Amino acid sequence: MKSINLTINGKKISKEVEDYTLLSTFIRENLNLTGTHIGCDTSQCGACVVHVDGKSMKSCALLAADVNGAKVTTIEGLADNGKLHPMQEAFKKHHGLQCGYCTPGMVMSAVDLLKNKKNPSDKEIREWLEGNICRCTGYQNIVAAVKDAASKM
Amino acid sequence: MAASMIGSKVERKEDKKFLTGKGRYTADITLANQTFAYFIRSPHARAKIKNIDTSKAKKASGVIDVLTAKELNEDKIGGLIAGWKIVSKDGTDMKIPPHPALASDSVNYVGDHVALVVAETLQQARDAAELVKVDYKVLKAVVNTGDAMNSESIHDGIDKNLSFDWELGDKAKTDEAFSSADKIVKMTLTNNRLVPNAMEPRASIGDFNPSSEELTLYTTSQNPHLSRLVMSAFNAIHPEHKFRIVAPDVGGGFGSKIYPYAEDVVVAWAAKRLQRPVKWVCERTDSFLSDCHGRDHITNCELAIKNDGTVTGLKVDTIANLGGYASLFATVTPTYLYGPLVLGLYNIASAYCNVKAVYTNTAPVDAYRGAGRPEATYMIERLMDKAAKEMGMDRAEFRKKNFIRQFPHQQCLVHNIDSGDYEAHFNKALELSDYSNFEKRKAESAAKGKLRGIGFSTYIEACGIAPSAAVMSLGAGVGLWESAEIRFNATGNISVMTGTHSHGQSHDTTFAQIVADKLGVPMENIDLVHGDTDKGPFGMGTYGSRSLAVGGTAIAKACDKIVEKGKKVAAHMLEANPDEIEFKDGEFIVPNSNKKKTIGEIAFACYLPGTYGEIKSPLPEGVEPGLKETAFYDPVNFSFPAGSHVCEVEVDPTTGETKVDTYTCVDDFGNLINPMIVEGQIHGGLAQGIGQALYENAYYDETGQLVTASYMDYTMPRADNFPEFRIDYTCTPATSNPLGVKGCGEAGAIASPPAVMNAVIDAIGTEVSMPATSEKVWKALKDKSDTKKKAA
Repeated sequence: MKSINLTINGKKISKEVEDYTLLSTFIRENLNLTGTHIGCDTSQCGACVVHVDGKSMKSCALLAADVNGAKVTTIEGLADNGKLHPMQEAFKKHHGLQCGYCTPGMVMSAVDLLKNKKNPSDKEIREWLEGNICRCTGYQNIVAAVKDAASKM
Repeated sequence: MAASMIGSKVERKEDKKFLTGKGRYTADITLANQTFAYFIRSPHARAKIKNIDTSKAKKASGVIDVLTAKELNEDKIGGLIAGWKIVSKDGTDMKIPPHPALASDSVNYVGDHVALVVAETLQQARDAAELVKVDYKVLKAVVNTGDAMNSESIHDGIDKNLSFDWELGDKAKTDEAFSSADKIVKMTLTNNRLVPNAMEPRASIGDFNPSSEELTLYTTSQNPHLSRLVMSAFNAIHPEHKFRIVAPDVGGGFGSKIYPYAEDVVVAWAAKRLQRPVKWVCERTDSFLSDCHGRDHITNCELAIKNDGTVTGLKVDTIANLGGYASLFATVTPTYLYGPLVLGLYNIASAYCNVKAVYTNTAPVDAYRGAGRPEATYMIERLMDKAAKEMGMDRAEFRKKNFIRQFPHQQCLVHNIDSGDYEAHFNKALELSDYSNFEKRKAESAAKGKLRGIGFSTYIEACGIAPSAAVMSLGAGVGLWESAEIRFNATGNISVMTGTHSHGQSHDTTFAQIVADKLGVPMENIDLVHGDTDKGPFGMGTYGSRSLAVGGTAIAKACDKIVEKGKKVAAHMLEANPDEIEFKDGEFIVPNSNKKKTIGEIAFACYLPGTYGEIKSPLPEGVEPGLKETAFYDPVNFSFPAGSHVCEVEVDPTTGETKVDTYTCVDDFGNLINPMIVEGQIHGGLAQGIGQALYENAYYDETGQLVTASYMDYTMPRADNFPEFRIDYTCTPATSNPLGVKGCGEAGAIASPPAVMNAVIDAIGTEVSMPATSEKVWKALKDKSDTKKKAA
């Protein structure tokens, strides 16, 4: 067991975790933040993407103990006091989601893209989202949403 | 509320919860005192089980029990069923092997369910699973679709591994067309096996309440009512009135979550037997192994053609792989969802289709987006392309020449098509894709050292899967109508109950649009209730692009009943004749007067029939209190969406890499309720269909091991695999339902594989099979040039 201190969605927490606990498991089971999803067991699908110190990361590929001291933001922490983040608004406006399962990871990943690149091209958006699999949307409306969000952020 | 909600691009009601992480999927549910389950699966494709020793595992830390077929039999739990009877051409019934929920004496695919470990934690369940000793006698597996009939029987009493040998059509008439044909064009096609891969892996949680004796199963289902019926009536898990199935938010289905799986049966039973909640969540690798797969056909097909290009006959001979057992809808998919559609949207006077369905030691194959119709469309559209080339005709003109032009049209096989205008969407697609300038673009690609090809595909599907009379005459175990209930609350807001299930299809929004339009109530005051057998009426679930055409119509009909009753009450309150009351934009009006009542006022009065001014009771004599109406809808015919798709690819001959450069589709879905949602459905279907054509393949090695059992090995299409799709519509409203809608959920996956493959083959000038991966395309090009060199 290890004792870890984290800031999750702006709130400081201290917890004991097993050495082998994945960050995704920790978020879902210890913190009950079930917006972070598990879609595979090989770190391919991207449904579990969260921000660790502002960078998008697959939380299934990190140990909770390894992010001790970090600031972690999950999909639940993206809206500001109930006001949707421009990326969330854009996904809604452009029908960038259907079943909603890949959506949290997709949104968290797209938010990070715009931190790195203010006005990405379609190609850059598609290449960035290569690590997030969506089976419903065919990606077209996701790309439209990210472009629209870029123009508003 | 003046503007019609029908036809509007309304943003989705369901989005906010999903965008803020508040969706509630089965795996998100935690119950007090819950246990965790882990399935032990067969590592062998075919084996006899000699013994299962669970003694060590049962003693392991945290283990509550280890359950096998022995315990299942003690409790007399029935096996899984095949729901659609197919009769072979010799008049015998299809052959169905027993399919126990936990294997009793043999296993028939890698991933077959053998035992369940239940423990206090998932880690303990997994650790204990390693202590279960299963003694297998491994047998030689039968893996390939084409070899199955020449291999040893994998199930006792099922000779040649053949479940049925089914036929459709007039063989003599078709033979005649072939003997009088000027030209016969033949080909052999493989329709590759796919894994549906809904992003949410399957999950089930069983919960038994010993006080009320109610059993609840939370599960990832597209069809909770049918699951309850099957698990109650056939698996004998629990009586239906004390059995509740909840399918909360479900992360995609695509057909793979229509039916109850062995895991559902075992988890529900285990919760009842152990009197503790049992939670099971599938891992992706196990999803690959045990979710039902899709497609997997080998087909020989041929066309009889006259010199002027008229197609006069079609022969289709297909072997369809059922996998290790017959899953619930496995037998209808390669027969009645396939055979009647082999004609495409062409007017062909004679056709004969023979389908042999075989068992192999692979995962069961069942409905996957399009189910039968993609296989039919791939066959006819590849064959039409080849025929045009062999006839020396333009591929577009050859298709046009053979289109059905008059409606209604009785096809020579089964369907009577009510409406359509095939040339309209085909011409529009040619224009939108700039077909006339293709040669110019081809030259530009050639200048860059690239090979460019163009491919067409047209399709028709039979959707709105219902007409009970029709499907039962074709062997369905039950009719497939749909139900709806409109429940006004006293304060004027509405709960809409439907027997369909939304897992990405946006029913919360589309159905609310219909109700808002019909009843003049704002969208925000309308809530859709689905996915819980305790909350709504029995319904048939969501598949086969049926929800809107059948379920949406049931909702519209229930709305009509509400208005009918409202008119009676309004007339009484307004001291007018019910016949003269008009209902518009949510108000009951006495024409040429200022007398009116809103539908909210009527709802309030119906529930609280007190004194209203002069009127002692708002309810006229004989009218019951309350405002709630139920409707069941069973259409008279299927609906027939159709469309034309054009794909252009660019191939790099040095690597074989194929890029979809442009993709154009023009579809006729009849009337559209929400064009934004329809567009989303097309995009998703296209991605799956293009995925089948270029990337996806479930590959078993000769021992029956699934080689492509993870996202490292099975190529899921990513964002950078696609161009921006060009989408447009034509509209001939369906006449089989009052909304005039046809269904749009599967079209993209049906039309796109042949459009892409026809383009690839046009580009490289030689045959290649799906998926046209870089390796296969490169090899096909090399073989072509080697052959040329040899000849020279």
